[in-house]
Amino acid sequence: MIRLFLTQVLTILWKDVRCELRSKQTWIGMGMFALLVLVIFNFTFDLRIDNKTAVAPGALWVSFIFASLLGLSRTIAAEREHGSLDRLLLCPVDRKAIYLAKLLGNFFFIVVVEIVALPVFSVLFNVPLFIGPLVLIMLFGTLGIATIGTIFSFMASATQARELLLPILVFPLIVPVVIAAVRATEALLVPQANEPPWLGLMIAFDVIFLSVSLLTFQYVVEE
Amino acid sequence: MALVDHATSMQEQQSKVTKRSQPLPMLSFLLGALSLIGTMLSLWMIFFYAPTDAVQGEIQRIFYFHVPLELAGMLSFGVLTLASLGYIVQKKEHWDWVARASAEVGAVFITIGLILGAIWGKETWGAWWVWDPKLTATFILWFIYIGYIMLRSYMGRSTASAYAGAVLALVGVVDLPIIYLSVAWWRGQHPTAQVGVSGALPPAVTHTFMVALGTFTLLYMLIMIQVYQLQRLQALAQRLRAMVE
Repeated sequence: MIRLFLTQVLTILWKDVRCELRSKQTWIGMGMFALLVLVIFNFTFDLRIDNKTAVAPGALWVSFIFASLLGLSRTIAAEREHGSLDRLLLCPVDRKAIYLAKLLGNFFFIVVVEIVALPVFSVLFNVPLFIGPLVLIMLFGTLGIATIGTIFSFMASATQARELLLPILVFPLIVPVVIAAVRATEALLVPQANEPPWLGLMIAFDVIFLSVSLLTFQYVVEE
Repeated sequence: MALVDHATSMQEQQSKVTKRSQPLPMLSFLLGALSLIGTMLSLWMIFFYAPTDAVQGEIQRIFYFHVPLELAGMLSFGVLTLASLGYIVQKKEHWDWVARASAEVGAVFITIGLILGAIWGKETWGAWWVWDPKLTATFILWFIYIGYIMLRSYMGRSTASAYAGAVLALVGVVDLPIIYLSVAWWRGQHPTAQVGVSGALPPAVTHTFMVALGTFTLLYMLIMIQVYQLQRLQALAQRLRAMVE
């Protein structure tokens, strides 16, 4: 039973990854967008040595979040445009498997973009890379964004104004992840005393919303 | 034949509408009368009975409007959650009408509360807005309300729209405590002005606040019933229009 479920998840995931590897539309768009946000931030905040550590984590996460929303709205919208979502829903596959596969796909796309954007960020902002802990913050933060983003991109894609609606629905709900990720990244650059357990907050957020989304996803795609 | 069928079913629908809406105006009249009396009484109490605050002066009277409005606005999210759960479990349309109504009324209450709070803050704190945990969390609640209303109006009246709204409300209600916690941690333990009702308040203030709270709750119920009726009639009107077309 569990093996069948996993096979279904991996099959749908592999389909999405192969589609993306062939067209490369979403990845290149997201990556370029993330880099552009970093460059724009450099101009808007006039980076200097004294304000660098305060601005850099915010710039990094804003670029990640904006780029991920771009990707999130693309992946599901493409399914709707080609009508392949209906066929996917007609398959004798558990709805949870569809959600999980889409979530993992989005997570994977965002992480790839982040891996590309991170060294560039480090060079442009002249901040050292703290690979070990930063990877953990990135993974859990991205998982939180992807969990909420995937379920709402299904909702937004059912409307005419999907690109407009998705950020309006997603941004308020991912506030805890944004705060936790930025603060935890800041604490890596400048170690601070008495910081609340930001990583724990992100993990709790991920677990709670993964469960809520898995339970409620079937209602989102029900007609 | 088809036309006759339509006509009779429309008549049935109409008779059902009139039959079902009959008992409700009584409740509306009662609530309307009670909130009218309550409004008069609270206005008198707020401006004449309650003492003027020694430190803040007259501006403190905003408290009697601001806090009940915000409380009713937050209560409305609870109503929205219950209605959403009801819709998911029972799949009855009237739960969806309650949900839509509570989102609209809640958004209005929170909006007015936020504006009054900003005016009060400008006078006492010297700023329209501070990033205090309570304010920030309320502001995010406002965004969730607006997102809900936008989602529902973009998706129109359909089962998919009702389900999507229900899921948004459930995700939102789980998220709100986490948002509050994260914003509180983000701001640390900064001292903020206390707006809560503590034991040190004189009894006249407590009485006025309680009357104002009761009035706004009655007013909330009254408006909720009106908007619910509006939602119901809009849904029925749309169905009739679809039938004619």
